[in-house]
Amino acid sequence: MPAKLTYPFTRASIRRLKTGERVLLSGRIYTGRDRLHKFLAEGGCAPVSLKNGAIYHCGPVVIRAGGQWRVRAAGPTTSIREEPYMAAIVKQYGLTVIIGKGGMGAATLQACRRYGCIYLHAVGGAAQVLADTVKKVNGVYFHDTFGPTEALWELEVADFPCLVTMDAHGRSLHAAVARQAQARI
Amino acid sequence: MPSNWTQSLTELIRRTAADLPRDVAAALRKARRREKPQSAARWTLDTILDNIRLAQARGAPLCQDTGTLLFYCEVPLRCDTRALTAAIHASVRQATGRGNLRPNTIDTLTGCSCAHNRGDGMPVIHVEFAARRTAAIRLIMKGGGSENVSTQFSLPDTGLKAGRDLEGVRRCLLSAVVQAQGNGCAPGVLGVCIGGDRATGAEHAKRQLLRPLNDHAPEAYLAALERQALADAQKLGIGPMGFGGATTLLGVKIGALARLPACYFVSVAYMCWAFRRRGVVLDAAGRVVRHLYD
Repeated sequence: MPAKLTYPFTRASIRRLKTGERVLLSGRIYTGRDRLHKFLAEGGCAPVSLKNGAIYHCGPVVIRAGGQWRVRAAGPTTSIREEPYMAAIVKQYGLTVIIGKGGMGAATLQACRRYGCIYLHAVGGAAQVLADTVKKVNGVYFHDTFGPTEALWELEVADFPCLVTMDAHGRSLHAAVARQAQARI
Repeated sequence: MPSNWTQSLTELIRRTAADLPRDVAAALRKARRREKPQSAARWTLDTILDNIRLAQARGAPLCQDTGTLLFYCEVPLRCDTRALTAAIHASVRQATGRGNLRPNTIDTLTGCSCAHNRGDGMPVIHVEFAARRTAAIRLIMKGGGSENVSTQFSLPDTGLKAGRDLEGVRRCLLSAVVQAQGNGCAPGVLGVCIGGDRATGAEHAKRQLLRPLNDHAPEAYLAALERQALADAQKLGIGPMGFGGATTLLGVKIGALARLPACYFVSVAYMCWAFRRRGVVLDAAGRVVRHLYD
């Protein structure tokens, strides 16, 4: 059975999770991609509190219908592009959950261990399955400056399915699989 | 060109974004059966198959990254290509407005989102003339994650111990798969070109992705290399999304172009599992005569 994880994502609840474990995540998450990470890491002011929060590497398809935002597709984007910024954001903003795809590098893994944060991998391309878990769009920031894809969307999700691939204890499934593949080449 | 063209092409875009071709869906179902119950690989493929069903039923994009739009058009000799281009642009605009395409085109210099997914070089439109009465329009939507792990080698490559022969090409392909890990949304498909110059090689590699998964290269030695590279890639154990598992690739498609004596390029176009490829044959009025890849 997958573990349940609910916002706010406290350090104690994060540290219980281990690489390879499946998770159903519920509550508030924020989307963010390349422009947001660069902005935050370079000292920009976050419009929301990221403490005990989650950033989802995702540029959703969102449409405006009946005066409300509706998420039409919302799978993860490749996380490694945020590697230059992620550790600084984890440290500075008290972020405890990163959601994305493809995993991240040594600096992020070290930050996860030092500050208590995990990396949750969502299935890439599964934009409909994941959009179904979005129950509400609370709001959007940087819509006009970063554009709709790069904007920070505040979402409420229920039972968002993912897999722990980097935990708060220094373990990375990505590093293990890469080592094995390299040895077999 | 009559508005039927725009209408037919808008529907082609919607369907391509929402409905995976039959060969790709079948390959993913087969991959699922190869993975151990309770494994991360099995869970991943179950999620992927659920997603394919949901997207098809809703007619909604199966991946939020609706990708680079690659149009391959075979048209009659007298076709007005300016009108064809205008119809494609109009259909992209319509599909974007309806939420079938994400605003996915960025002005590289200003960083701003281009309106209606229209920018210099976007969408990509290839046109070939042929002695035919109808037009065959094929569309591939290729996501950014898979484009980022696509690559090109120049042989010989001493680091890879890859010489200018098919064994050298095989080593390049395995290296590309190891480098990609799960980042291209594995299990994917490799489109490969041996030879050409850097630009034509990359283009011809991408063009291999038009081939159905169950065909083989017409040249026996390339067909053998396709089989060998696929079998070797599965042994790497990278698996769906790079979580480890039995299926790392769904297929390998290799073509070749002539080259200069001094150059020997191996170009690799990695396509994600969300292999959105569709096509239609249209008559002069833009009405659908038949669907391709059904």
